[in-house]
Amino acid sequence: MTRRQISKIPFSRIFKRLFIRRAVQSLILILLLIVINFFLIHLAPGDPVYYLAGQSGDEAYYQLIRVKFGLDQPLTTQLWVYLESVLHGDLGFSLTYQQPVSAVIFSRLPATLLLVLSALFIASIGGILLGVEAARRENSFYDRLFNTFALLGHSFPSFSIGHILLLFFALYLGLFPAQGFVSANRELSGIDYFLDVLAHLALPALTLGIVQIAQIMRLTRTNMLNVLSENYITTARAKGVSERKILYGHALRNALLPVVTIVGSDLGMLLSGAVLTETVFAYPGLGRLMLEVLAARDYPVLMGLFLLISITVAAMNFLTDIIYPLIDPRIK
Amino acid sequence: MNNDKTIQKNSAAENLRRDLKHNKAATAGLFVLILFFGAAIFAGSLAPFDPLKTSNETFQPPSLKFLFGTDDLGRDVFSGVIYGAQTSILVGVSVALLSGTIGVLVGAVAGFKGGVWDDLLMRLTELFLIPPQFFLALVIAALFGSSLFNIILILTVTNWTTMARLVRAEVLSLKERSFVEASKAMGASSARTLFHEIMPNALPLIITKIVLMVGNVILIEAGLEFVGLGDANHISWGYMLHNGQHFIRDGWWIIAFPSLALAALVLALNIVGDALNSALNPKSRTAFIDKTV
Repeated sequence: MTRRQISKIPFSRIFKRLFIRRAVQSLILILLLIVINFFLIHLAPGDPVYYLAGQSGDEAYYQLIRVKFGLDQPLTTQLWVYLESVLHGDLGFSLTYQQPVSAVIFSRLPATLLLVLSALFIASIGGILLGVEAARRENSFYDRLFNTFALLGHSFPSFSIGHILLLFFALYLGLFPAQGFVSANRELSGIDYFLDVLAHLALPALTLGIVQIAQIMRLTRTNMLNVLSENYITTARAKGVSERKILYGHALRNALLPVVTIVGSDLGMLLSGAVLTETVFAYPGLGRLMLEVLAARDYPVLMGLFLLISITVAAMNFLTDIIYPLIDPRIK
Repeated sequence: MNNDKTIQKNSAAENLRRDLKHNKAATAGLFVLILFFGAAIFAGSLAPFDPLKTSNETFQPPSLKFLFGTDDLGRDVFSGVIYGAQTSILVGVSVALLSGTIGVLVGAVAGFKGGVWDDLLMRLTELFLIPPQFFLALVIAALFGSSLFNIILILTVTNWTTMARLVRAEVLSLKERSFVEASKAMGASSARTLFHEIMPNALPLIITKIVLMVGNVILIEAGLEFVGLGDANHISWGYMLHNGQHFIRDGWWIIAFPSLALAALVLALNIVGDALNSALNPKSRTAFIDKTV
């Protein structure tokens, strides 16, 4: 509020300026990322045509690609051709899948999206609940227990958590299917299909959720402790508002704001975790795809995936930067 | 001023000792660390078998002969876990030191010089921070090859950014302190001011950060090996998991022990790093562990 008194510029003007500045910065970053992709392909040992076409082509196809990307021309011209084709959404052609790279990637996107969103849901609910309860009982047994849990979640890589859950819940107890997206050997439809997908999703989503819970819990706890010592909470207590209402009504609303940003800034970690989790559970998303193309040396798909993931992260960073001032009333 | 520094050092060491005495978790963490470092150093005499040597005793469950059982090719899992500690610690420590040094240099120059230098170096840092570290390392390893030497190089190139940011922020705040002003006023060169006045005071933060970096690097290295980007000449926990996941129904021990070893080492590093942080940097309340996989 002091800020408002000092500068008489209205919020909408400041916001517009922030929006434009961040948008331009993000676009420059994305362009630079494409340039980096180009230089990685050209710096890698061997003929760049292998990285632009994949390793399983024949001489005639390589010649076609050489002409398309102007590989006999100076590097600057090549960079221009590469930039132009990427900006037109052309990420190349995959020989192993006999499809354009973008089509290959988009066919695998739904599974990863389902996994990442479910994990985020589990992590948010779990992390916020544990964080609030830990803050409420600062330095108690439960606080320490939850903190230990957070430290464990912080130290175990996603694949170790996945292996533990897989060994125990799928193989030992037999509660959930161990691998895949749906049961391959059964014809299912309607509600049965839905339940089958859900059963397959449970363990991978839980794995990725546990990886993320720790971070959200720690942040929620710290913020809650800060907010709980503020005057308006004391006022609410003095007025006789119930403790539950104070915690979840008054305090949590303000403590949650920074948690929103973690979703944006940790997308990269979530996607990295998704690749490893999908590998553990043979879940047919982008991570599984990355493994397949690594084995087949299908470089166009690999580079396309890398570029898309980087752009998504850049876009997400931009979005969180923009959303934050909109939802935080103190900035307004 | 010299006196001041020694007092600070003493109290930090004392803090650490006191912390360790009261903090049972940190003591246990330190014990586990010593165990793993010991296993890595004396792997040759501790491991009963050559971890890469195949035999016809495949899928043996844990027994007195094979403490952690054997895998699909009859390789001894216990020996693999011991030699795996060597690989993990070699990669973790060398990458943390190398990339830590780069990060400190970048951060110190950016924070101390300011202006164009700061702008240039920080934009570069931001660029490196955009692609998720794991994917960047994965793509470079896929294109350039994944020998152990390459992996160390790749992880160094992709890991210096958080250190650079941390050191820059610290240098920026130290720059304004009165003892730095005093040194400048007495006519010290800027190099002297940076290396004799500012950096010694940033050291506790840098040390803590390097310890905490080791754990993250070990996780990323294991992740790369796990997706199949590894050095076939060196056994590693990530490779054991990569290979063992196909045989998860044939024997739980094939993946359970390398997985637990990895988690235990990283957990111990994080606990000790946390204790180090609260002893050396008593003012910072939050631990700055990065975890990227």
